[in-house]
Amino acid sequence: MQHTPLYQAHVDLGARMVDFGGWSMPISYGSQISEHHTVRRGAGVFDVSHMTILDFKGTEVGSFLRRVLANDVSKLQSEGQALYSCMLREDGGILDDLIVYWFGGERFRIISNAATCTKDLAWFREVASGTAVEIDQRKDLAMLAVQGPRAREIVAKSILHSKKCLALGPFFSTQIGNYMLARTGYTGEDGFEVILPAKNVCGFWEALLKHGVVPCGLGSRDTLRLEAGLNLYGADMDESVSPLRCGLKWTVALGEERDFIGRQALYHELKAGLKDKQVGLILNGKGVLRAGYSVRTVFGSGTLTSGSYSPTLGCSIAFARVPVQSERACEVEIRGRWHDARIVKPPFVRHGKIEVDMLQGETA
Amino acid sequence: MSEIPGQLKFTRDHEWVREHDDGTVEVGITDHAQTALGDLVFIELPDTGGSFTAHDACCVVESVKAASDVYCPLAGTIVNTNEILIEKPELVNDDPYGEGWLFRLRPDLPGELEGLLDDKNYERLLAEDNE
Repeated sequence: MQHTPLYQAHVDLGARMVDFGGWSMPISYGSQISEHHTVRRGAGVFDVSHMTILDFKGTEVGSFLRRVLANDVSKLQSEGQALYSCMLREDGGILDDLIVYWFGGERFRIISNAATCTKDLAWFREVASGTAVEIDQRKDLAMLAVQGPRAREIVAKSILHSKKCLALGPFFSTQIGNYMLARTGYTGEDGFEVILPAKNVCGFWEALLKHGVVPCGLGSRDTLRLEAGLNLYGADMDESVSPLRCGLKWTVALGEERDFIGRQALYHELKAGLKDKQVGLILNGKGVLRAGYSVRTVFGSGTLTSGSYSPTLGCSIAFARVPVQSERACEVEIRGRWHDARIVKPPFVRHGKIEVDMLQGETA
Repeated sequence: MSEIPGQLKFTRDHEWVREHDDGTVEVGITDHAQTALGDLVFIELPDTGGSFTAHDACCVVESVKAASDVYCPLAGTIVNTNEILIEKPELVNDDPYGEGWLFRLRPDLPGELEGLLDDKNYERLLAEDNE
């Protein structure tokens, strides 16, 4: 089992540690629901040092990334700008989802998932072979996500004493000394992701806690991302589906001038017509929706890809893959009984506010 | 360290059983179990009048993380359930041995209760699980 530099700090705080793709990570430090609310209302910090950090450089790095990623890095117009993308197989299946940052010139950084690290690295090296592209896995770095309406102010004013990082726009990053600060996250709230030398992470963590930032486990990270309408690799998408079927068409730059890996497959899939789509569900009554449960609509059946209890809505929500015509009412099978649910467009919650109509189910 | 009260009996599946003077028993999940599950958000109680044998799944507790079955510790008939939990499942987290009780059962076999673990044996079981 792999440990991040903060492992002992988590254990000392009484965290419940669980296996996350071969890493022993905190799921919660007490109440997962209270950690969730903290991020929606104040500021919380997640240790996400298990994620894969890869640096790319070389004269052919631009053309390499335009080939290997489904989104187009030529959209990155300013230094420090970030772009969300999928990485596809030739048949359009999703190998991973990631964020790519442009550091200017021929230098990029990619943050991808922890469990897919070995696979991603092998794929990048295979596609890059014979080209002037250097790939460096940054095991010397750690990563914290500081999230919530108060997060940026605490990090900028109390810890880094930097006005520069408060001026950072959404989906931009900047370098402050040997810290990289990005206004990105996976919670639906404002905040920073901080990438810093592993040897500095314990001190930075301590400083955050001293200034009232609450340690949050990966359990609340999951309910936050679900409310925010953000997919989880391995649950809502994997190598068996294309981005077109899991709500990520907006991340694919299908322009004809660029031949990225998987483009042909997506082109044919679109031409043939999509049969299903990803939607959000809200359970009308009591109970909890879970990944794998069956859903039925008047247009046919589908499956839940993620599901949990939404602390902000106070009821259960899910993502489901359903026939493309599906709308409004559906039913979900929970332990042999069918329960009424309704189809909505995610996100459920953004910036602390409920984004879906909570009364729709009762009146329909 | 989780709380393990004396006077109660325990199962290997982390249920507790409290004997009452009228011959019925009260059943809940242990402090260890509620800690492991995390925040509970939904509880599906058994129907009153339902009869089960020992180890039958008779109740479901759902935390944010997962759904878990609760097994009937003894053969018997459900005589009452803690319906407050439908609105307040968090009582199981807050007070697992008190207000967070799940159901009351009239056992079929008077001797079966004696076969369950006492507090010392349950504590030993938790210690072994930890190793």
